[in-house]
Amino acid sequence: MAGGAGGGETIMSTREFAAHESHAHAAPQGFIRKWVFSLDHKVIGLQYYFLALTAVFVGMFLSLLMRIHLIWPAVALPLFGEIKPETYLSLLTMHGTIMVFFVLTTAPQGGFGNYFLPIQIGAADMAFPVLNMLSFWVTFLAYAVMLSAFFVTGGAPLHGWTGYPPLSALPSAGPGEGAGADLWVISIALFCIGALMSALNFITTTLDMRVKGMSMMRMPLTCWAWFITAILGLLAFGVLFSAGILLLLDRNVGTSFFVPLVTVNGILAAHKGGSPLLWQHLFWFFGHPEVYIAILPAMGLCSQLVSVFSRKPIFGYKAMVYAMLSIGLLGFMVWGHHMFMSGMSPYTAFAFSLMTMAIGVPSAIKTFNWLGTLWGGRIRFSSPMLFAIGFVSMFVSGGISGPFLAQPVLDIPLHDTAFVTGHFHLIMGVASIFGIFAATYYWFPKMFGRMMSESMARWHFCLTFVGTYCIFMPMHYAGMAGQPRRYSQFTELHYLAPLIRLNTFITFAAFITIAAQFIFLFNLFWSMKYGKKASDNPWEATTLEWTTATPPPHDNFGGRTPVVYNGPYEYSVPGAPRDYVMQTDTTTVAAH
Amino acid sequence: MASFTTTTSVHGSRISLGDNGTLPPGGDSGGRFDYGSPHFEMRLRRARLGLGVGLTGIAMIFVSFTSAYIVRQGLPTFDPRTNTLVHDWLSVPLPGLLLINTCVLLISSVTMVLARRQAARETALAQVASIPGVSLGHEIKIPWLALTVVLGIAFLTGQWIVWRELAASGFYVSTSPSSSFVYLLTGMHGVHLLGGVFALLVAGAATVLRWPLDSRLVVLDVTGWYWHFMAVLWIYILCLLEFAG
Repeated sequence: MAGGAGGGETIMSTREFAAHESHAHAAPQGFIRKWVFSLDHKVIGLQYYFLALTAVFVGMFLSLLMRIHLIWPAVALPLFGEIKPETYLSLLTMHGTIMVFFVLTTAPQGGFGNYFLPIQIGAADMAFPVLNMLSFWVTFLAYAVMLSAFFVTGGAPLHGWTGYPPLSALPSAGPGEGAGADLWVISIALFCIGALMSALNFITTTLDMRVKGMSMMRMPLTCWAWFITAILGLLAFGVLFSAGILLLLDRNVGTSFFVPLVTVNGILAAHKGGSPLLWQHLFWFFGHPEVYIAILPAMGLCSQLVSVFSRKPIFGYKAMVYAMLSIGLLGFMVWGHHMFMSGMSPYTAFAFSLMTMAIGVPSAIKTFNWLGTLWGGRIRFSSPMLFAIGFVSMFVSGGISGPFLAQPVLDIPLHDTAFVTGHFHLIMGVASIFGIFAATYYWFPKMFGRMMSESMARWHFCLTFVGTYCIFMPMHYAGMAGQPRRYSQFTELHYLAPLIRLNTFITFAAFITIAAQFIFLFNLFWSMKYGKKASDNPWEATTLEWTTATPPPHDNFGGRTPVVYNGPYEYSVPGAPRDYVMQTDTTTVAAH
Repeated sequence: MASFTTTTSVHGSRISLGDNGTLPPGGDSGGRFDYGSPHFEMRLRRARLGLGVGLTGIAMIFVSFTSAYIVRQGLPTFDPRTNTLVHDWLSVPLPGLLLINTCVLLISSVTMVLARRQAARETALAQVASIPGVSLGHEIKIPWLALTVVLGIAFLTGQWIVWRELAASGFYVSTSPSSSFVYLLTGMHGVHLLGGVFALLVAGAATVLRWPLDSRLVVLDVTGWYWHFMAVLWIYILCLLEFAG
């Protein structure tokens, strides 16, 4: 294994020094400034990552409680006791919210994006380090506020992660809709503020801090993905923030933005004229781009990994960039497909349907380009590559049911069934999580200076890959058979009796899959201390993070600034001394 | 088996500038804003870019409110007494004080421009004064920055009085969706303007604390643009409330 960094680095000129030194800050010495209120993008990236790691285990625990309750409804569960229908809805709400916001949005962008975007473009830090620190701590505060909803009177809210009014707007509507729902809305608003600050930093850093020679079309596709994700976040989180403010006012000040004339338990509420659909429009204008906020970083990473581990340039680099841009653009034009049930005009529904189907085109471009990259490659089935291939599989499996739901005539019978649960868990949840796993196995050596155990990683992959399919594929069939989602119990419904065994199977698959995650957790912490020492470039990759020390020094490149001469995916170049050409190698590869 | 292996070739050692042959922005200090620091222009450009991106996020918040405003305005509600659909959108008579507040904010935008020019002039003169044997005469300085802060606070106070006038005339937050939006839009704008006042205070403190000249100018520059944006945003909100209400 060639461990050395690529050549081509130069002592920086005064001009470059000025460019990089101006925002750089001295390495902090004390524990608080170094690890808690750190300005270093790498530490902030790790903070985001471990926040998401904590959140994902909370989210998984909640999902396990739901699965147990579904097949053994009479069993009292630890910490929660007897599960009433409203308790089940609280579990569902908190599971969805924690997973979507604090895992799928936080880890791929806040975690790995923060850590590796500056290094991959050759910068010493993010453009605004103080803002970066603030965005993490606001996110942390949002997470703390969200979890505190469990412990207030009435418990956590039960309006689902989508927070549909009037349920979410009326404190008297249910046991969790008092203080718990207020905390939920405040947490979401705080999260939006953190995400907006983060997006500002990502966009400015990408546009303004690329090192000499790193043109936009020489950026690794991971950087493109983080950049486009940041743009989506900038445009989407402001809308959710506004909706959250309106909802807070409806809940606490007596306004009627979202609440129509309605009675709760026979009592007329002091609202009139508001529109629950207005919330749905605002929410889904954020909500659909949120799907891509979760998955685009994984797409970028997958592109990176199939190239590195196939030892081939990515097939169609520019097509990949334009496909991601198209997905981002189209993502803002399809929110109505979440609202076909609302009774919208068939003409409007047709337009949303058409735009949704159109997203299949750039998605297919990406998928075929991944396959094109794999085709004929000298594939190395290392653990990051296994998860990258797993990502492609999940993306295709979850994505293929998208066109079903994009058609109003099919969506209306399927919308409130387990079919949708299976669909979005595969495409948004598991695919993105596979991206996070792939990123962890790929960048762990750079972050911690040691290799993760490959044998444990393979066990983890096999169990997770098979396990997640066993959980979510049967949900599609259950949904088509009419099993409703969000119901806390179905075992007493005669027409669903044939599905009890299938659901039991899903619950056992969930047990095994969640247990497999402890292999990952053990591997993660065990390898930090006992893993094999990693060289600077263990995967023989070409991008800038592999040209610096492991782990990277405080200023990323040890006082030097790299100069970029090549594209990010120069593998198996004829005539080259090695099968990879670093971005900093002075032997320049012709454009192809 | 078909192969997609690349057919690239390796040339001699030379720097390629990428597919489009352009270098990314660098830290060249030879621009028109060279105030002694070798990377002033780079910092200014980065700060302005960050501000532009941030203002886009803020704009999206108000775009969402506008969308909600238009949709909510057109919605009927059910009246159980008459068993019919009625509109509950009442026309809110905007107090005349809003026009005075608007003038105050616009004047503060002008003083902001003057404050920035003053700071730039002082910086340039400081460089001249640092030349041995050169001395500059004393001149009376108008504290434009402090004046901007005062005007900003005056605007916010005026908005508070407007709220009290609205309440006195029977329009509370929950009286009608139209009054809800008046309070919401003025309140959200006020919160953002308060952030601008805070930024101006930081810019003022930077002078007192003798920050480096270029840092002071960068803070003042982006705060100035933010302040102008707040003025434009206020004009937009006022037009929305007056003409679309």
